[in-house]
Amino acid sequence: MAAQTAKEALLQPIINNNPITLQVLGVCSALAVTTQLSTALVMSIAVTLVTAFSSASIAAIRNFIPNSIRMIVQMVVIASLVIVVDQILKAYFFQISKTMSVFVGLIITNCIVMGRAEAYAMKNNPWMSFLDGIGNGLGYSAVLMLVAFFRELFGSGSLFGYPILQKVTDGGFYTPNGLLLLSPSAFFLIGILIWIVRTFKPEQIEEA
Amino acid sequence: MQTNQRDSIRNTFVVSLVLCIVCSLLVSTAAVALKEVQSENKRIDRQRNIIEVARLVENPRLLKAKDITDLFSNGSIEAKVVDLQTGDYVVDTEIANDLFDERKAAKDEKMNTIIRAAGSGIGIQKREKFTRVYLVKDKQGQLDQVVLPIYGKGLWSTMYGFVALKSDLKTVNGLTYYEHGETPGLGGEVDNPKWKTQWQGKQIWRGDVDDSTLAIGVAKGMPTPDNAAYMVDGLSGASITSRGVENMMKYWFSSDAFGPYLKKLASQKGAPNGSPNG
Repeated sequence: MAAQTAKEALLQPIINNNPITLQVLGVCSALAVTTQLSTALVMSIAVTLVTAFSSASIAAIRNFIPNSIRMIVQMVVIASLVIVVDQILKAYFFQISKTMSVFVGLIITNCIVMGRAEAYAMKNNPWMSFLDGIGNGLGYSAVLMLVAFFRELFGSGSLFGYPILQKVTDGGFYTPNGLLLLSPSAFFLIGILIWIVRTFKPEQIEEA
Repeated sequence: MQTNQRDSIRNTFVVSLVLCIVCSLLVSTAAVALKEVQSENKRIDRQRNIIEVARLVENPRLLKAKDITDLFSNGSIEAKVVDLQTGDYVVDTEIANDLFDERKAAKDEKMNTIIRAAGSGIGIQKREKFTRVYLVKDKQGQLDQVVLPIYGKGLWSTMYGFVALKSDLKTVNGLTYYEHGETPGLGGEVDNPKWKTQWQGKQIWRGDVDDSTLAIGVAKGMPTPDNAAYMVDGLSGASITSRGVENMMKYWFSSDAFGPYLKKLASQKGAPNGSPNG
């Protein structure tokens, strides 16, 4: 990888090198937490922080990590950070942590975190890796928020829990689309999103 | 550092050892330092749900933590531990103290008991022998409501909730779930305030407190006029969660669970303090 400027490391992953639409990483959790904007937002913040700090700490010790156990080392660092995040959420954002339940723990298995550690942090200095982590976290967040926006608006008729489209069950006119509350709908939305992005940026299309 | 030295067996062990120690220190520090705040959160959340199910204030979500603690310490709401088999309050302070934890008790061989076949519909094999109920008093100190904890399996998860009974001990005043992992928008609608209000005023038994007259439940579709006093409309798209709720109600109000306690409480109502032990 050619030397990147700090700005590139931070901004490239948001659209041009987006972890979900281009690298197609971390899709599983994008399905799970996007039924509501508020959980998607917390998940985004959590993933961004974990990616940034795990990349930075792995980059800091990258010259000491023996090749044979490097993935285990990465996992240990990531898992520890995730547990700390989970504990902090339980202590200070109790209501939200209740709705997130197991998904916080599943950040450990989010491919973005480990993907960035392996692909970027092992070869770059801590500061650049930190920015790369933040950038990828933001790219992930952008997709998550977009998907959650559509799922919550059309699936539950609300945004951040505030009713926008009055549901029939609450005396309004809108019949919510139940499909959007189920995981497959996130697949469709992400698929459509990748399609749109690649229509405007044909260079992202992989050779068949 | 040179590659061959970095990849040596010695270095591999050193790195993994140091890493493990650093990480475990980090994790345990976070867990220990935040434990108090977390358990306080849990307690407040539980108490907030009790206030919500008993409909004591207009909007319990806006209550401050201090107001909640006050309601529980000034005698408006009194927590008591009940022996489910006999229906008596537990006087032994070894068990009935502030630290009593129903969830731990349900897992503890000494404190739990096997759920009889009649109740197996809740999808759980063992429950605690003793559980904590909450007596809500009116301004004169008379019993106004009883809040009972219930739980059972839904589709994905064990759902934990409370039922509040009016002072006749047969009419539901409210139902709420404070912990569940059902699908948002489908089974997760057990949280929906509109659905929860349906429970208000429902009768649990068709007559006297007895398993054969146990009638409360969840209907498929709108309840018919015949059973409208006992049944609520099920959640659409969530038959299994709805069935879970029904089984839970049927079990916890049976003679294997709160039946004996409610009978005792009813027979002694009007007696001093209105409590089974007098």
